[in-house]
Amino acid sequence: MIQKQVNQKAWFMVLPVFLLVAFSAVIPLMTVVNYSFQDTFGSNQFFWVGMDWFRDLMHSERFHDAFLRQIAFSSIILAIEIPLGIAIALAMPRKGWGVPVCLISMSLPLLIPWNVVGTIWQIFGRVDIGLLGHSLASMGIDYNYTQDPIAAWITIIVMDVWHWTSLVVLLSYAGLCSIPDAYYQAAKIDGASRIAVFRYIQLPKMQGVLLIAVLLRFMDSFMIYTEPFVITGGGPGNSTTFMSIDLVKMAVGQFDLGPAAAMSLVYFLIILLLSWIFYTVMSNVGEESKNGGA
Amino acid sequence: MRWKWLIPAIYIFFLLLPIYWLVNMSLKTNDEILSMFTLWPQDLTFANYKVIFTDASWYSGYINSMIYVSVNVLISVCFALPAAYAFSRYSFVGDKHLFFWLLTNRMAPPAVFALPFFQLYSSIGLFDTHIAVALAHCLFNLPLAVWILEGFMSGIPKEIDETAFVDGYSWPRFFVKIFIPNIASGIGVTAFFCFMFSWVELLLARTLTAVHAKPISAIMTRTVSASGLDWGVLAAAGVLTILPGALVIYFVRNHIAKGFALGRV
Repeated sequence: MIQKQVNQKAWFMVLPVFLLVAFSAVIPLMTVVNYSFQDTFGSNQFFWVGMDWFRDLMHSERFHDAFLRQIAFSSIILAIEIPLGIAIALAMPRKGWGVPVCLISMSLPLLIPWNVVGTIWQIFGRVDIGLLGHSLASMGIDYNYTQDPIAAWITIIVMDVWHWTSLVVLLSYAGLCSIPDAYYQAAKIDGASRIAVFRYIQLPKMQGVLLIAVLLRFMDSFMIYTEPFVITGGGPGNSTTFMSIDLVKMAVGQFDLGPAAAMSLVYFLIILLLSWIFYTVMSNVGEESKNGGA
Repeated sequence: MRWKWLIPAIYIFFLLLPIYWLVNMSLKTNDEILSMFTLWPQDLTFANYKVIFTDASWYSGYINSMIYVSVNVLISVCFALPAAYAFSRYSFVGDKHLFFWLLTNRMAPPAVFALPFFQLYSSIGLFDTHIAVALAHCLFNLPLAVWILEGFMSGIPKEIDETAFVDGYSWPRFFVKIFIPNIASGIGVTAFFCFMFSWVELLLARTLTAVHAKPISAIMTRTVSASGLDWGVLAAAGVLTILPGALVIYFVRNHIAKGFALGRV
C-alpha cells in the first residue's frame, strides 16, 4: 500500500465527479424523499401525509412478499454462482491458446444487453420454438415457464447463472493468476494436499477479488429488473415479481407516487445497509489474514 | 487432473448454446421457425437482417445507442481520471466517505431513479435527447470508472510522480505526458466497462427517451408487443446487439482479467 500524502487541494480534482454524481443522484433522491411524505389528487396538488406511506408499506403484504422473493433469489444466486465460478476458474488453463478462447467466450454473455438476455432465454425456453423447452417437452417433462411458478423460477435462475457466473469466474481467475509460482513450489516441497493449497494459498489470494464478486453479484441480483420482466413479466401470478418490478409497476404503471417513493427509499436503505455490512466484514477478514498470515 | 479442461469446456458449451439458438433463428424464415423444429436453418435466409438494415425505425436504434454510449464513455473517463488520481495519491478530508458514497451510487437500483430522472430531465428540457441518457448512465458508470482507475493507478509506483516533479514537470504536463501513457491499459479497460454497462442498461434509457433517442433495446421490447412477434427479425436484432460487445472484447482481451477485478489484482 502506498503511503498517502495529506493534501486538501485534492478535493478540486474530485469536485467534477462529486458535482456530476450529486446532480444525478442527490436531486432525484430528494424528489423521492419529497414524494414519500406527500399525497396528491393529481393536478400537482400535494399535501403532507407524514409517515403514512412508510407505515402502510411496513404492513403491506405485497411489499413483504416481494422482499422475501428478492432475498430468496439473491441467496440462491450467490450460493450457486460463487462456488461454481471458483470451481471453473480453478479448472481454467493458465497458458496456451485456451486462455483467450476461455476469456472471450466467457465474457460474451456479460456484454449482451439485459433485455436481449431475457429475449434469448424467452425464446430458448419456449416449448414450441426453443431448444431447451422443446427438448424438455420431448423428454416428457412438463415445463412451461409462463404457467408454472417453479419452472419460471428455475428459468430465471438458470438464466442468471448463464448471464453472470462468468463475472465470478473472471474475477477468481484474475486472483489465481496473481499467485507466484514459488508459492506452489513451496507447497509441493511441504507435501501440501490439493485442499490445503486451496485453503491456505489460493483462497486468501482470491479474497480481494471475491469481495468484489460477492458485492457486485449481490447488488445486481438484488436490483434485477429487465430479465425477469422480459421473460415472465413478473408472473405467473406474482411469483417472480421482484422488488424492482414491483416498484416500477407501482410508480410508472399505477402512478402511485407516494407509496412508490416510500418503497424506493426503503429499498435503497436495505441495499445500502447490506452492502455496507458485506464491505466491512470482507475488508476486516482481509485485514486479519494480512496481519495473521504474513 | 487430466480431464480438468472438461469443466471450462462444458461451461462454454452451456454459454454458447442459447446464443447459437438465437443466431440459428435469425437465419430462418418465420415459417420455418413456427412450423418445424430444426437444429440448423434448412432454408438459409438473410431477409431478417435486411429488414433491420433498411428500416429506419430499426437501424436508428443502433445509432442512438451508439451515440449515448460514446458520450457516456467520454464523460465518465475524462471526469474520473483526475478524481481517481486524487483518491490513489492523496488523503484529504472525507476521502473514505466520499469513496463509499460513490460506491453506493453504483449500488442504487435504477428502478428507484427512473421516475425522478424522467421528471428532472423533462423539467430542464433534455428529455428524449442522447445527452440525457448519457448523463443518467453516469450515475453508475462514473463511480465505477473512479473505482477501476483508482485500482490501476495505485499499482503505479509513486516514485514516477516524484521523479517527474523533481525534473520540473508541472502537474498537468506530468499527468498528460507521463502518467496517462503509464495507465493506458487501465483507461482502455475503464472505457470498456463504461461501454459495457451503458450498452446493456435498458430501464433508464427507455424511461428517458421517446422517439429521437430511443435505444435499440427499447425498440426491441416495443416490437415484441406491437407487431405480432416477428421472431426472425427479433432474433436478428438480438444478434446485432451482441456484435459490438464481441468486437470490443477482442481489443481488451489481454487486460480483461485485470479489468474485471477493477484493477485490483
